[in-house]
Amino acid sequence: MAEYIPDYVGTVTKYVFVESPSMTAGELALRAYEASEGVLIKETCFGLQVTGEPESVDRLIEEIRAFDPTHIFVKDRGFPPGDPRRCRANLGGARPGYLGHEREFRLLRYISRGLEELDRREEGDAEPAPPARGKRPLLDIKRLQELIDIEES
Amino acid sequence: MAKVFIYPATSLILSDLVARFGHKPLGAALGIRERIQTAGVDSPPLQITPEEPKRGLKYAAVEVPSGVRGRMAIYGPLIEEAEAAIIVTDADLAFGCMGCARTDELIVFSLRQSGIPILELKYPSNEEEGVQFVAAVKKFLDGLPKEEGGA
Repeated sequence: MAEYIPDYVGTVTKYVFVESPSMTAGELALRAYEASEGVLIKETCFGLQVTGEPESVDRLIEEIRAFDPTHIFVKDRGFPPGDPRRCRANLGGARPGYLGHEREFRLLRYISRGLEELDRREEGDAEPAPPARGKRPLLDIKRLQELIDIEES
Repeated sequence: MAKVFIYPATSLILSDLVARFGHKPLGAALGIRERIQTAGVDSPPLQITPEEPKRGLKYAAVEVPSGVRGRMAIYGPLIEEAEAAIIVTDADLAFGCMGCARTDELIVFSLRQSGIPILELKYPSNEEEGVQFVAAVKKFLDGLPKEEGGA
């Protein structure tokens, strides 16, 4: 048993994932640094981790989302960045939880597509009719006979 | 703003969509954060203490393995707090050891028993399903109260 003194008390940490054709994680980090105003930012291969006072983090997240709203995704994280209980620098191999992110990361393009489509529908103020999937008209028997005759002639 | 429990509780997609559409996602990170930011006599690097299985007795019987009760000590209060829930039923990323698997079953059971509005759906596997997925989540969340205590 040992006394446990936590770090970053009263802060929140959030993951920011970017899956965009027009922005890399590095570019996102550069633009986030410009707007950080005291929020701790850690660049990762998939985006960022941001840590700070809840209000500051919320403000930064709002700005970050605006860079590419349908391709930037955010979720809470329990541990602060670099925590020795989770950081792979101490553990080796993938960080616990990374594989779950990797699995969902592959689906983000479908979610982005859904968000874009919903935005498009809202801008149009009316839900576009789904593509018609009615039955195709059946081939008339006389027309079929004509086609056979043409083919055989 | 309604509190919406998400299952899988670590889901990036659900957490983002719930927050994006104006509500508060309740996931594993909130329970973990509360524990690791609380000082005390602990045995680092563990963030779960021997106290957790005792707290989990509120949600699971004493003969249930302590691993399940310990996990329920994190998820149970979140489920109690939740005003709605979104469940992805084919989440293979929720796969884990027997403790995780049984806890997941208990979480879904507890949510269904709680009587709160629940949206159940599957992860999209193409763009068309992606549109349907996002539309279903948005429609569900739009039906929840936006204001504190409002309808």
